[in-house]
Amino acid sequence: MNYVQQAAFVLLAGSAIWLFTRNSIRIKNNIFLGRDKDISGNASARWKNLLLLAFGQKKMFRNPLVAVLHFVIYAGFIIINIEVLEIVLDGILGTHRLFLPALGSFYTFILNFFEILAAGVIAVCIIFLARRNILKLKRFISKDLNGWPRSDANYILITEIVLMTLFITMNATDRALQLQGAAHYNDTGNFLISGSLASLFEGMSVTSLVALERICWWLHIIGIFAFLNYLPYSKHLHILLAFPNAYFARLEADGEMENMEHVQKEVLYMMQPELAPTGDAQSMKFGAKEVTELSWKSLLDAYSCTECGRCSAACPANQTGKLLSPRKIMMDTRDRLEEVGKNIRRNGEFKPDGKTLVNDYITVEELRACTTCNACVKECPVSINPLDIIMELRRSLVMEDSNAPQEWNAMFGNIENNFAPWKLSPDDRDAWTKEMS
Amino acid sequence: MQVPTMAEMMAGGETPEVLFWVGCAGSFDQRAQKITKAFVTILDKVGIKYAILGKEEMCTGDPARRAGNEFMFQMMAYQNIQVLDGYGIKKIVTACPHCFNIFKNEYPALGGSYEVIHHATFLQQLIDEGKINMKEGGAFKGKKITYHDSCYLGRANDIYEAPRKVLEAMDVALVEMKRCKSNGLCCGAGGAQMFKEEEKGTIRINIERSNEAIDTGANVIAAACPFCNTMLTDGVKNREKENEVAVLDIAELVAASM
Repeated sequence: MNYVQQAAFVLLAGSAIWLFTRNSIRIKNNIFLGRDKDISGNASARWKNLLLLAFGQKKMFRNPLVAVLHFVIYAGFIIINIEVLEIVLDGILGTHRLFLPALGSFYTFILNFFEILAAGVIAVCIIFLARRNILKLKRFISKDLNGWPRSDANYILITEIVLMTLFITMNATDRALQLQGAAHYNDTGNFLISGSLASLFEGMSVTSLVALERICWWLHIIGIFAFLNYLPYSKHLHILLAFPNAYFARLEADGEMENMEHVQKEVLYMMQPELAPTGDAQSMKFGAKEVTELSWKSLLDAYSCTECGRCSAACPANQTGKLLSPRKIMMDTRDRLEEVGKNIRRNGEFKPDGKTLVNDYITVEELRACTTCNACVKECPVSINPLDIIMELRRSLVMEDSNAPQEWNAMFGNIENNFAPWKLSPDDRDAWTKEMS
Repeated sequence: MQVPTMAEMMAGGETPEVLFWVGCAGSFDQRAQKITKAFVTILDKVGIKYAILGKEEMCTGDPARRAGNEFMFQMMAYQNIQVLDGYGIKKIVTACPHCFNIFKNEYPALGGSYEVIHHATFLQQLIDEGKINMKEGGAFKGKKITYHDSCYLGRANDIYEAPRKVLEAMDVALVEMKRCKSNGLCCGAGGAQMFKEEEKGTIRINIERSNEAIDTGANVIAAACPFCNTMLTDGVKNREKENEVAVLDIAELVAASM
């Protein structure tokens, strides 16, 4: 019997890891469909960002209360997963609580700690569910999340509650078995939370208790493997990608826009033709219409987004009822990238599907509403830069399609002819000096 | 008062300590011209050796670049760098956060590297050095003033304290809006929005922001950007509060307190 269980476990763990690896490679390949961009150098500043922004969740603390709540789930996730190591080893080796004999009373101490965290996670998940579904915080009831994204968020919270409940129930039935002196159930000492629940199971027979304990054990680990494989399809992927995204976050001042070197050169050759290389001019692309024309960092951003909506809540355009929502920009980018990736896997190369990121996902009106104020960039806890995408798409609209509002075209003309955005004579630029007394 | 140009200084064999980059708004917009005049009045009173480019100054290309027209931006940047380097300019002060940001962060990649300082920081330094002496019981002493953070000074370049220190030096009663500093709400002008009609929405951004500023009960909304100034002035007029609430640049506040 035990061997059957061990074999089943190894098979389960193996397939879960295989499936997850396959999906991770799929996502990595999708991200590298993006335009090449050299993001390297200054490793110390990057590690610092990784530690402060991702590991330390620094930006979450712009709202300290929510930050603490979120930190409980985060710490619970990382720390309780140490216990998963024991569970996995037990599963493979057919042992029960492998670490107990070696650790002794220290085992009781850390399991107690895990249980307190687990209870904390349950409490916070309930609060978070309430914030989304009962208190209906503005950024959670936004139409950005209609459909799957809203369910996704709820599924994650519910799954976490279920997993933690299974973990505690498993310990409680284990304790009940210990108290009845059942074989193989060695005394772990009394855990704070499951210990007080053990009395609920007093009346049950050893057989049904063992069954219940095993069911909890199996469901808990199956749940964890399922959750692992749910990540690649979910906004919850941020728990992994927040780390590389913080590492590759831009280090320049937020106000700096990326330079377009090929345009710079083109202008230089126009002004100083003697510098221009001989031979036919190469055709050039300006900005991005499609996900594959965005930088790989923008695509990593899209997969890192957990759709919390802090960006859109801070966006001046969004706050005043404009169509623009930086969160939707990120979600659209990810959705389109998934579609393009699927298309490529199916056809060997991208087969035109008559759609592009701009127009079919992100509309011109959304792009036009941005004031480039950087509020979205400042807010994002996982170092996403929606402004980079907005600007790349704007560049393509203006330079590839000559698609600009009439007033902007007039402004461009004025800058070109009068060296100022208004239709005023450059000779009057210093007219004010004559009015100085 | 004579405002010296670089060409005149060069002809006289002189070099200014700092170039005052006036910017398009400061040069042409009637409201912003008052800010420009206030700032040169301060420079003159303090005895700073400065110059302007005069007719040789051109748009930095900021609105073109942010609208998506990189070509136009690169053309303006090329010409400006030629002029600035031709005069051997080392240090630039400007009263416009957009000019400040683009010189400081974006011209270096094109070969135009200068020490760039925004007038908020410049004024703060002059105050710290004791070069600006405020009148006893100045015009704004004890007055309730709120400060509106410009995005291109604040979030874009992390300058939040300098303008506030300038206000504190005038003993004003500074009241903050809820959305201030890195949480500050944009005035609605950035990203070339100044030059087009706002997209469809429920309220204009400048009205939303002006309402927030007016609701602090301040008599003065202080700004440090000519575009914010325009947007907020319009917003105050929209609430018909122009007789009770003034929108003033920090340079105007300082000039009136000296």
